Amino acid sequence: MSFEWPWQYNFPPFFTLQPNVDTRQKQLAAWCSLALAYCRHHKLYTLDVMESQESPVFNNKKIERKLSTEAIQVVFEELRKKGNLDWLDKNKSRCLVMWRRPEEWGKLIYQWVSKVGMINSVFTLYELSNGDDTEGEEFHGLEEWILLRSFKGVKFF
Amino acid sequence: IYQLKNNAKLDVGVVLLTTHRLIWRDHKNHECCIALSLSQIIYFEEQAAGIGKSAKIVIHLYPVTANKEPGPYQQSKFPYIKLSFKEHGQIEFFRRLTEEMTQKRWETPVPQTISTATGSQTGKTRAVGIVGIERKIEQKRKETEQNISEAFEDLSQLMVKAKEMVELSRSIANKIKDKHGDITEDETIRFKSYLLSMGIANPVTRETHGSGTNYHMQLAKQLGDMLLAPLEERGGMMALTEVYCLVNRARGMELLSPEDLVNACKMFESMQLPLRLRVFDSGVMVVQLQSHSEEEMIASALDNVTDKGSLTSEEFAKLLGLSVLLSKERLLLAEKMGHLCRDDSVEGLRFYPNLF
Repeated sequence: MSFEWPWQYNFPPFFTLQPNVDTRQKQLAAWCSLALAYCRHHKLYTLDVMESQESPVFNNKKIERKLSTEAIQVVFEELRKKGNLDWLDKNKSRCLVMWRRPEEWGKLIYQWVSKVGMINSVFTLYELSNGDDTEGEEFHGLEEWILLRSFKGVKFF
Repeated sequence: IYQLKNNAKLDVGVVLLTTHRLIWRDHKNHECCIALSLSQIIYFEEQAAGIGKSAKIVIHLYPVTANKEPGPYQQSKFPYIKLSFKEHGQIEFFRRLTEEMTQKRWETPVPQTISTATGSQTGKTRAVGIVGIERKIEQKRKETEQNISEAFEDLSQLMVKAKEMVELSRSIANKIKDKHGDITEDETIRFKSYLLSMGIANPVTRETHGSGTNYHMQLAKQLGDMLLAPLEERGGMMALTEVYCLVNRARGMELLSPEDLVNACKMFESMQLPLRLRVFDSGVMVVQLQSHSEEEMIASALDNVTDKGSLTSEEFAKLLGLSVLLSKERLLLAEKMGHLCRDDSVEGLRFYPNLF
């Protein structure tokens, strides 16, 4: 299943940070959902700012437009405010992308655990993310750090 | 050299006078050289030559101090010495000695700076390190200050003259006000316009500025008549610079200053003329017809852009027959209202209909 680009992706003004405040809000919202959808599709959990400039998300070679570094920073800041992004370092060069927030992951895992009737049993993190049982679940292949974060919200023994 | 009643061995020689010392060099024995510090001399006088006697200078000395350097007489019993000038030179020597004694240059302290004094033009001693840098900066600043004040000396003269001119014009204007009946209206107006065109502020103008001067009002009326036709041609809006050019070209002789134009334009509304002066966010000033509606313009701009998909301000200008400046203003206004969005790239600034 290939990634479907939203209509804005081919709209040149999408790649210029709009000065009009209302327009900008809508633009940023579109960028956020695009970035998250892309990461979800390709199961990307970390992004590097320098690399992402060249990645197809922010760079549309067909219409020869790309987001400037400042604009990328603005988009990332917007994501951070929403809780979908966390900076790995002070210089803001690498970030963690959580296209599903940790709380949501926690809920999902809990649901699965209760579905298979395994509540009150012990699981290792590895089992959850890479075990045969969890294959086919969305959280299969989830990286350790986000598993850890998801547990913060939910009560586990 | 004599010492009282003591025929010295020091007979023939040369006396040298320096700023600090009196040196006597033996003519025969070149190695013999005696120095006497000038600070030791209390007083000296001359004794004229007489028959069989040569001219002499008597030098009275301070009592000898403990650290006196070794000389022919470690300690003299007698408080003075005599210099006998057998050949000549006594008068000159006396004069010089007087000079040196009055100057007392040996009393000036040696400068405390580290390096030796250079003979620089300003005569300042050079110092190294931060102090030196600071001094150089200070020096430079002083020089600059001096240059500037010299340069502006002419200007201050000019200002003095200008002040006189202003005073003169003010007094004449006052006289006009007083003698209102004697000079005709026309001439008053003309005189005031001369004053204004020279740039000298008329105190009458200042006082009545709230309601506008006669001059500006007349001007506004004139502009109102004159600009209607060109404005129609240009779609109801003209930049103030264009207005300025048109008006002055039409007037030919008595040109308007930009200030006058702006002031006159500001009065359009209060005089209920069909024109308006409008200032955009970017600072551009235009004159537009009162009937000109901005919403209409923006709606039509949106239509144009949608037709063509996207437009740059140059293309838009060409399309409407407007100047590029005005077309850009219009597009920016449309963007501000949310009808258009922009695409800024290396190709330039384009405007698209706002599909967001």
